[in-house]
Amino acid sequence: MLSRLTQAAARVRALFRSRALDRDFAQELESHVEMLTQDNLRRGMTPEDARRAAVIRVGGQTSMQEQHREARGLPALETFLQDLRYGVRTLRRDPGFTVFAVLIVGLGVGASSTIFSVVNTLLLQPLPFADADRLVWVANNLGEGLSAETVQSGYLVELRERNTSFSDLAAYSAHYGEGDRKLTGHGDPERLTSLPVSQNFFPLLGIQPQLGRSFTKEECAENGPRAVMLSDGLWRRRFSADPSIVGRAITLNENAVTVVGVLPASFDFAAVFAPGGRIDLYSPLAFTPRLHRRGNTLSIIGRLKPGVTVSQARGEVTGRIAQMRRDHADWNEITPKVIGLDERVSGRFRSALIVLVCAVGVVMLIVCANLSNLLLARTAARQKEMAVRAALGAGRGRLIRQMLTESLVLSGAGALLGLALAVAGTTLMSRMQGVSMPMLGSVSVDLRALGFTTLIAILTGFAFGLLPALQVPAVATQDRLKENGRGSTGGPRQAWTRAALVVAEIAFACVLLVGAGLLIRSFLRVMDLDLGYRPQQAAALRIDPGREYSTREKRNAYYDEALRRVREIPGVDGAGLTDALPLGRNRSWNSGAKGQVYSEAHPPPETFVRVISDGYLKAMGIPLIAGRDFTPADTTGTSRVILINETMARTLWPGKDPIGQTVIYVDPEREVIGVVGDVRHLALEQTSGPEMYLPIRQSDDYSSVDLVVRTTLPPGSLASAVRAALAQLDPSVPANAFRPLQNRVDKAISPRKFVALLLAGFAAFALVLASLGIYGVISYSVTQRTQELGIRLALGASSRELQGRILWQTLRLAAIGLVIGVFGSVLLARALSGLLFGVTPADPVTFLGMTALLAAVAAIAGYLPARRVSRINPTIALRGE
Amino acid sequence: MDKTRSDILQGTLDLMVLKTLDATGAQHGYGIARRIEQLSEDALQINQGTIYLCLIRLVQRKWISAEWGTSENNRKAKFYAITRAGRKQLAAETDNWERVSGVIGRVLQLARR
Repeated sequence: MLSRLTQAAARVRALFRSRALDRDFAQELESHVEMLTQDNLRRGMTPEDARRAAVIRVGGQTSMQEQHREARGLPALETFLQDLRYGVRTLRRDPGFTVFAVLIVGLGVGASSTIFSVVNTLLLQPLPFADADRLVWVANNLGEGLSAETVQSGYLVELRERNTSFSDLAAYSAHYGEGDRKLTGHGDPERLTSLPVSQNFFPLLGIQPQLGRSFTKEECAENGPRAVMLSDGLWRRRFSADPSIVGRAITLNENAVTVVGVLPASFDFAAVFAPGGRIDLYSPLAFTPRLHRRGNTLSIIGRLKPGVTVSQARGEVTGRIAQMRRDHADWNEITPKVIGLDERVSGRFRSALIVLVCAVGVVMLIVCANLSNLLLARTAARQKEMAVRAALGAGRGRLIRQMLTESLVLSGAGALLGLALAVAGTTLMSRMQGVSMPMLGSVSVDLRALGFTTLIAILTGFAFGLLPALQVPAVATQDRLKENGRGSTGGPRQAWTRAALVVAEIAFACVLLVGAGLLIRSFLRVMDLDLGYRPQQAAALRIDPGREYSTREKRNAYYDEALRRVREIPGVDGAGLTDALPLGRNRSWNSGAKGQVYSEAHPPPETFVRVISDGYLKAMGIPLIAGRDFTPADTTGTSRVILINETMARTLWPGKDPIGQTVIYVDPEREVIGVVGDVRHLALEQTSGPEMYLPIRQSDDYSSVDLVVRTTLPPGSLASAVRAALAQLDPSVPANAFRPLQNRVDKAISPRKFVALLLAGFAAFALVLASLGIYGVISYSVTQRTQELGIRLALGASSRELQGRILWQTLRLAAIGLVIGVFGSVLLARALSGLLFGVTPADPVTFLGMTALLAAVAAIAGYLPARRVSRINPTIALRGE
Repeated sequence: MDKTRSDILQGTLDLMVLKTLDATGAQHGYGIARRIEQLSEDALQINQGTIYLCLIRLVQRKWISAEWGTSENNRKAKFYAITRAGRKQLAAETDNWERVSGVIGRVLQLARR
């Protein structure tokens, strides 16, 4: 056994010393022949005969060398290396083919692995929490808007006490505002976003702080000690990852707050629950009567007890809440909704991602079809080579091995390129800022996906790479050689296969083009929407009054002064205040028309409420339809007024003039002084419901103040000018806080753009591949038929006529592909319908446009080789090869 | 090439080469080939090149060692000598061969009867 190992080691060593060993053996053999020749001479042979007999006796030099190499080395590996060298050489001799094949395999593998990796992260992997499959989302299902989706805190408190389905229920306050906390006294002032969470929030998710601890019961009680936990990002950015920050106090909104812990880098609340946003701080949320009075505020996460299903929990929650409604008639309305947390996080993106997966699958199919086509074309070209090699004594198995090695080199290079592209693609995805899709940041290359797609590419390469070797039947070798190369077309069956592959490519490309077309048209429709305001050239800045403005009078004076100073800045066309920017926070109250009787069966409509100042409408570009805007005179002590939108006017006073009417239920009633245009506040794609605006000088019921400025100034100089203007009022206006409104719109449209652009990229890739496929097939057939075409030309056919014929052949292929493709597109479009906006799944513009585009590309791809007909010289063509 | 004959040689050539080297001491490939032919009274006409396939195998297993030297008539030649491991292998193989050939001989006689 040991000697076998020694031998194996020696064999491996021999591989590396092949040349030296060859020389050595040649010498040895030569001396052997010499000695034998001498002996033969002694036996009386002539010198010539003696030498010849000796050589025959020893065996041919080359053949002996070969046998010796096999005996001492690793023949299988050596053959492989030889094949590899030969394969690389062959491929290098045909760089066009090689580059193209490697490129399509690489792009296909790269694109597929990237998309599969994204889908893996978003749809297949569990959420980054402990036992995430037992987490559920408990919410309100009254309608659109945060107020309709959140739960009043009393329900949670009672549900926690009484339920049997959950091991625990935690909550966060969904009405947190971007930049709600101002950090001062620690370098430049900065607005930070803080998320109020219940005491058990982190333990329930299974998140351990990397430093310090979670909140205590005391901190989560009314008027408890002020405490805060830092996100890893904030801790590193603002506190240079200083561990001694735990236990120290920082100043937030002019209060000293103790840092009790730092969360781990792996926990990113926003990436999961509010993609595209950022949470800097976590503060304790107390379930106090005051919180309850604030109404619907909570988003609830529950952890199911082992063995309890989501639907069982849903049943229990529904029953208990119905009981609570009976117990507490004064509590807010609620329609409970209980779903798996993963569905809440990625459910919205599921259909888009599935579409992308299908698209990338189709791209992979086209890649395989194209690769097959390329290899088939080579098959024909190489049959003569194969026949020659077979005639020279290469065994069939040896030829097959050679071809396999070559395909392996090709697919291997493609896979390497694909790996590089996948790494680049996933890195790009994870770095993309401001795309509101969950957990994009944690996307990385999924090795299984990469392996799978690579395997597909390699198998395709094998399957079609083998053909040239398989098509060399030993008997036919001589015939092949005699055929002078001309007959090596591979016969009608191969031509048929290639045509079918092209038809498939066109059909697939058609499906992708139509899908991409529909999504892009939807995207453009959304971009074109009248949002009800003009986000261009408007920017917002948080200017919440500080603690010293403790009364409404002081605050009103602050607003007057701030607005006056900002409006004086040259280049500022308008300025106003609001507590809720579009696509930002939203809340809704009931509202009614005075004189109307409301009941359980006919409830007063839910109305979105915003608190604004004079000049806000102008700064935002919201049109005033009738009546007047607020003025600084609409303040404490003057008559209580309200602005409503057109939808609210139509809802409360259909067919009547709303100006001068009274809105009831709004602390407690207000007179309508004007009607304004509807604003798409919740989402770009969604029309607004009833909306109403209260004057900020007549209200205390708002939790943030944004200054909106309409200006032609660039954002940079605007920020410094506004800061200078406000310096006397508030020296701590953070520099980073100016946000162009357009950014919010861009962020809201980002998932749609993401999907549309990716699909468009795939479709373009498919179009290129399909056109190259057509070009290849037609070009090849022209080359093959040179002689036939020459005869036709000689017999008097015009080259124009022949070109027409070839073009016709192309278009016939394209037409078949398009018919199949359109059929497939109809199916796809139906699946897409949830993602479309403003176009029907059967959108004729898209269907006609895309099929026309594909047909045109096909015609060009066929025309280019057809043009070669005019260059055929009949005499040369007829002379043959 | 005669396939049957080379197959027979494959199994036994190693043994013969080892035995030859054990008996004669260091020897070059030509000498080994000559000696085997002589001993077999030219019944075994081997393709002399084949001997080297056997030699390289034995060298790789460290049963024999190889060294360049000068032949009796002053020619450069590679000399092979049996090693200690080679002697052990030879003893084991010889035993084995005798046992097997004895068995085969008995079986064949039985068959003849």
